[in-house]
Amino acid sequence: MLTKRIIPCLDVKDNRVVKGVNFLNLRDAGDPVELGARYSDMGADELVFLDITATIRSRKTIVELVERVAANVFIPFTVGGGIRDVEQIDELLRSGAEKVSVNTAAVENPDLIAEAAQRFGNQCVVLAIDARRSKMRKDHWQVCVKAGSEPTDIDVVEWAVRGEQLGAGEILLTSMDADGTLAGYDNELNKTVSDVVNIPVIASGGAGTLDHLYDAIVEGGADAVLMASITHFGDFTITQMKEYLRDRGLPMNL
Amino acid sequence: MMMIVVIDYNVGNVKSVCNALRHIGCEAELSRDPDPIAKAAGLILPGVAAFGYAMEALGDAAEPIRRAARAGKPVLGICVGYQMLFDESCEYGSHQGLGLVAGKVVAVPSDQTVPHMGWNLVEFPDGMDLFTDLGPAKHFYFAHSYHAQVRDERARIAYTDYGAPLVASIQKDNVYGVQFHPEKSGNQGLQVLRNFHAICRR
Repeated sequence: MLTKRIIPCLDVKDNRVVKGVNFLNLRDAGDPVELGARYSDMGADELVFLDITATIRSRKTIVELVERVAANVFIPFTVGGGIRDVEQIDELLRSGAEKVSVNTAAVENPDLIAEAAQRFGNQCVVLAIDARRSKMRKDHWQVCVKAGSEPTDIDVVEWAVRGEQLGAGEILLTSMDADGTLAGYDNELNKTVSDVVNIPVIASGGAGTLDHLYDAIVEGGADAVLMASITHFGDFTITQMKEYLRDRGLPMNL
Repeated sequence: MMMIVVIDYNVGNVKSVCNALRHIGCEAELSRDPDPIAKAAGLILPGVAAFGYAMEALGDAAEPIRRAARAGKPVLGICVGYQMLFDESCEYGSHQGLGLVAGKVVAVPSDQTVPHMGWNLVEFPDGMDLFTDLGPAKHFYFAHSYHAQVRDERARIAYTDYGAPLVASIQKDNVYGVQFHPEKSGNQGLQVLRNFHAICRR
């Protein structure tokens, strides 16, 4: 049986790890390679690196970063942020990333998911969705792009289903409303999406306590939980998280 | 000269394996030439690719590897490199492997999600040297759609459970193989590589 996964997320800006609240008010959290190596050594199951600057100028920097991470991190890791085409994906995978995540470019050009899946395999392609609760419709979430700054008319649930059909191997589902609040994941969102897709859903946004992790998996149906604030700044080690979840009956890599 | 040769052919994860070896202080050289292969203390055959493609890419490096393995040199196959140790595979057609261990590579049972991807528990039977100092069982990172059915009576086997038992690792005399990725399995994966390094130094 596969274990549930604990995935620290490193948002990278100007070669530093940062973390904000609701995608704003960024705080410095350290050097990405050092922090990545520490999480790898502490027993994290995977890592996600998101280049939140994601400008053309930062492309070369991110490839160099991936190479340095790969030399020091001995668990699988995903890289995302500003990826536009399969050539970039090829470069990142060859630099040592196991998977890439696509977000804005996939919304603008959904065929990118299919092209990448056919060329590199579904398992390499993570569809990242930044979801915001609609103020107009209850239990409805809209897809936001460009690091959450632009809402679209696209429905999150429909987009997740389409992403799977196109060949995404996983969905990284971030609740923008919950992100950085430490108030818990949006498990209505997680449950709604995990019920309609067969690929793994990574719950993201809002982790503040150990209970939150458990709830995302059990109530939200997530296969993995992603967190940033509580591991970068908080009181919990990866082992504490895993022991807690194992003691409540979940299969964990310990 | 105590040196591990990582077989260099055009497949994924060669670099990751080298990174992990460097991290544990193991001197490794990338090569596919007969001379370094013959002189090495041990060989690692990595591989992330389809079986047929990987065998073709291996090309004329296959014979020196086979010769070294038959002469008693420690050989470790990883993922598709492990699958290539067997007689044959039916991934996209029928392909011959290196034939160092009797068995056949077939698709992971389709009642489970394929690929089998993530961390799964491997239970260690007695006497498998790759798992020294790791206790009775540990989780390792898997990413594969095919698996080996071992027919070799002399092979020791470690299993993982994915709906049905899947072979996770084999050891036949000096030939070792792991279906999972030790270079991506955190500290326990690094320990497997350290153990192989120690085997090569014996």
